Amino acid sequence: MEHFIIIFLLSLLAITAIAIIFMRDMLSVIMLGSIYSLLSAVIFVVLDAVDVAFTEAAVGAGISSVLFLSAFAVTGKRQALKQKNKLIALISVSLTAAALLYATSDMPYVGDPDAPVQTHVATRYIEQSGSEVGIPNIVTSVLASYRGFDTLGEVAVVFTAMIAVLLLLLRRKEEQEIDREK
Amino acid sequence: MKNNPIIKQTSFLLIPVILLFGLYVQFHGDFGPGGGFQAGVIFASGLILYALIEGQAKAEQVFSMRLARILAASGLLLYAGVGVASMFLGANFLDYNVLAHDPLHGQHWGIFWVELGVGLTVTSVMLSIFYAFTHFK
Repeated sequence: MEHFIIIFLLSLLAITAIAIIFMRDMLSVIMLGSIYSLLSAVIFVVLDAVDVAFTEAAVGAGISSVLFLSAFAVTGKRQALKQKNKLIALISVSLTAAALLYATSDMPYVGDPDAPVQTHVATRYIEQSGSEVGIPNIVTSVLASYRGFDTLGEVAVVFTAMIAVLLLLLRRKEEQEIDREK
Repeated sequence: MKNNPIIKQTSFLLIPVILLFGLYVQFHGDFGPGGGFQAGVIFASGLILYALIEGQAKAEQVFSMRLARILAASGLLLYAGVGVASMFLGANFLDYNVLAHDPLHGQHWGIFWVELGVGLTVTSVMLSIFYAFTHFK
């Protein structure tokens, strides 16, 4: 039964992706992108990754759509039509897809108990985190304690992103006055 | 959108619930799904909804750009500060075991402060990026 649900959700995901390709109106693209994220969140729930699903729903479906909308309020709503270099784009996309498909043949099956991801540190987290960290949610104890240094890096990345956006978008008052005089 | 009474009233009903849910996700992340990242995004989306309904100027009276920048930096500093505190107490960087009288309590404290730092930074960053776009127009 679970397989049918996943196949159904994945085909909805593919349909959404194909629909995005044929859209020219950016508002619909953003909305479909939001739906895409919501569908991925549902897939994560089916795969028992509720924390990831939560993040995907909040970040992917929620806030990034709002940020995209406010960005398109600045740039304009319609995509410029570009007919050049279609062949190069097709070749590079098919080569990348072929490489990715080739790479998946090496990957272990989903849920394979002998996969490296299950045998390496995951057993330690599942068996020991109750006595070492003492928090019921193992994801939180991995994220904030075992992998605390990585999370510090992630927060630093988020902070750097803010600085970059502010540097690009916020003009000083003098610059705005110069723009007005022009 | 500002002049539509239905949207306005519904949003005013929803905003407190969204903010409360953000706080719940923040402080309940140890026991259920969630944590600083998700809580920060949810809290920021509540404030962004307020900015969309009431306009930028009123939202900045509640949560100014300056405050957002200060909180974004202090969240990151709080996270790194927990690491430095554990170093001062004689353990490795971000080793929470030494933060309280016994290791498990120390882990709880460490995770609480670290997640609070993440939540503060993510809320303020999302809000500042949104403000930056609306200011740019």
